[in-house]
Amino acid sequence: MDLLYFAWVREAVGTGSERVDPPAGVTSVAALLDWLAARSPGHAAAFADRTRLRAAVDQVFVALDAPIADAREVAIFPPVTGG
Amino acid sequence: MIRIAVQAAPIDLAAAVAAAESDGAGAIATFTGVVRGDDGVELLELEHYPGMTERALERIAADAAARWSLLSATIIHRVGPMQPGERIVFVAAVAPHRSAALDACAAMIDVLKTTAPFWKREVRGGASAWVAAREADEAAAARWQ
Repeated sequence: MDLLYFAWVREAVGTGSERVDPPAGVTSVAALLDWLAARSPGHAAAFADRTRLRAAVDQVFVALDAPIADAREVAIFPPVTGG
Repeated sequence: MIRIAVQAAPIDLAAAVAAAESDGAGAIATFTGVVRGDDGVELLELEHYPGMTERALERIAADAAARWSLLSATIIHRVGPMQPGERIVFVAAVAPHRSAALDACAAMIDVLKTTAPFWKREVRGGASAWVAAREADEAAAARWQ
């Protein structure tokens, strides 16, 4: 599974992308964040406040409780601020 | 016709409007967003999600084109570093009559604000900070649902 991070999430994690292979029990975006938080202090800091995070699975916006079964690409980022 | 561009180059307003005018309709509504410099911003940097950004803009334009029966819909968004006064986004809705063009143009920029994966960072006094999302933008987008 490819993970992408944007804006301050990318800066906090310390990379814009990484490839991971989460265990079978990790079935939602929220569970993925719990699992990733243990990878480094940067991950833990980035994912500490879930109200500040948004997600996309295979380039479609989803809620944090959305499933990630069969997801190829999961992106984590702050609320968008374009325009 | 749907026209989408995500580009580092400056937005050529004359070319964008000329393209909209070539679609042969009676009404063209456009919106141009410009980097504000009145609050000490020296530089604006725009990050985006390559691939998803283009898909999001195409969906926004196609939804507006279908809902208001547009002859064309255009969204051009700049990314990368920008100076105050430079254009950051251009939206055009082309329709037979003005009400559809005006509503479609407003809807596209309102929906873009909350559903296209862009993130702004402002540089002031040499220090940079990510721009926070505004609740007013969510309300503006919600009125078109």
